[in-house]
Amino acid sequence: MLLLPVLLLVFYAFTNSGNGLISFRFTLQHFAKFFTDPDFVSVLGRSLGIAVKTTILCVLLGYPVAYFIAGSDERTRNVLVLAITLPMWINMLVRTYAWIGILSKGGFVSKIIGLFGKPDVEILYTEAAVLIGMVYNFLPFMILEINTSLCKMDRALLEAGNDLGANAVQRFTRITLPLSIPGVVSGISLVFLPAVSSFFIPKLLGGAQYFLIGNIIENQFITVGEWNFGSAISMIMALIMMGSMYLVRRFEKVVSGGKEDRR
Amino acid sequence: MKKQKRPVGKAFMILSIVFFYLPIFFVVLFSFNSSKSLTTFKGFSLQWYEKLFKNRDMMESLWTTVLVAVIATVVSTVTGTMAAIGLSRSRKLVRDLTLQVNDFPVMNPEIVTAIGLMLFFITFGIERGLLTMILAHIAFCIPYVILSVMPKIRTMDPNLIDAAMDLGCTPWQALTKVVVPDIKPGIVSGALIAFTMSFDDFVISYFVTGPGVKNLSIMVYSMTKRINPTVNAVSTLVVVFITIALVIINIVPVIRERKLKKEKERTKI
Repeated sequence: MLLLPVLLLVFYAFTNSGNGLISFRFTLQHFAKFFTDPDFVSVLGRSLGIAVKTTILCVLLGYPVAYFIAGSDERTRNVLVLAITLPMWINMLVRTYAWIGILSKGGFVSKIIGLFGKPDVEILYTEAAVLIGMVYNFLPFMILEINTSLCKMDRALLEAGNDLGANAVQRFTRITLPLSIPGVVSGISLVFLPAVSSFFIPKLLGGAQYFLIGNIIENQFITVGEWNFGSAISMIMALIMMGSMYLVRRFEKVVSGGKEDRR
Repeated sequence: MKKQKRPVGKAFMILSIVFFYLPIFFVVLFSFNSSKSLTTFKGFSLQWYEKLFKNRDMMESLWTTVLVAVIATVVSTVTGTMAAIGLSRSRKLVRDLTLQVNDFPVMNPEIVTAIGLMLFFITFGIERGLLTMILAHIAFCIPYVILSVMPKIRTMDPNLIDAAMDLGCTPWQALTKVVVPDIKPGIVSGALIAFTMSFDDFVISYFVTGPGVKNLSIMVYSMTKRINPTVNAVSTLVVVFITIALVIINIVPVIRERKLKKEKERTKI
């Protein structure tokens, strides 16, 4: 029940014609179709681009927050972690939908920008809106992952660093940051993967013109009915994701491995 | 870490809390709006709630969501727990392989799992609708149940089962009286995860459902194509429902602990 659907997906990606198991032909034409069409390739590039941007923003925003939470006393920490997990329990679609009103013309954000003298900016249906929606949905994962790794850290290490004459900046770059890298890495995988494949965030906030790879897959299956081609695209996407996760893991190993060598 | 004032960290913290709660606040606010606008608040009214309760499709989708979530939770919890218990007693190779496969839907992007399941139903000629939605939900919930039960079984003392059987338990009694109570926390958290995963699911339901069968997420998705404050009303209900559930889940253990403490103090006296 778990493996079979994935196998079927691979099967469909390489075959042609119909939806029967009886008549099929092996083919690579779906893959060829994808990579020779500049539109598809540019959408793939755009999806990866926005996922990378989302991930970077999540690290930059999430790290200070996680650092703050980890530095608070236990009671405050629990309350803050709960405060961040709470919105995650509410349906993702509902939370994304909420941004439509805020970002649209005459909405909250455009009113605030209006205070600075730029009237009626429409953010909805731009890339910025999609980016905001993605950061909003995936930032909690990043914060929680980094926070867990920071909390696991042995506080005595910082005191030792202090005793050995490291200043605050050195303590952070030499001790805290390297030790929190595993948290950052698992945070990245929790943000990057869903960001690449997400399809309702761009659809709700990006409008009909803003297509990501997830939307193409949805289209192929729901509207066009080209299951073979859709399967091929999904496979390409899944492979790219696995590849990028492998690279990130390697990077993590290199970083932590380098530290061990220095000792 | 030393106690120090950390203005920068605090600013980030407050900003992110505002960022997380602002949209929810707006959804709730505009569900009481008397006009259709999502940007300006005209006045208080309950008309969207009235429309919501009159909307047959909407109420049906609520019912579908709850029904699917309950069935998926019960079935996946039972099968997932049994699978985890069975795996713990099988050979290492089998166990490792199964756990690898088990990780598939957890690691894979949701849309890939969704499409895989959709193709599965199409290939085997199962008509898509409520049944396929329930089956798909059971399928994607089981891995999470196994993942949360497995660690509890690992830490359990295997001699306990032998001891129970030596003392005259049948295997069934050993299972229900010894194993299950011991791994109960894992089962409960697995069931909770399964329920919320199923309740919140959009991507998988969207691909495996048939005409006319909608859960709440699909309903919201299809309604957001134009401005429709009924979505705000139903979202507010979801927010209220979830908040109450979370408050109960988080506060009940605290109260229970306090009671236990008081009782302990009493017995000391």
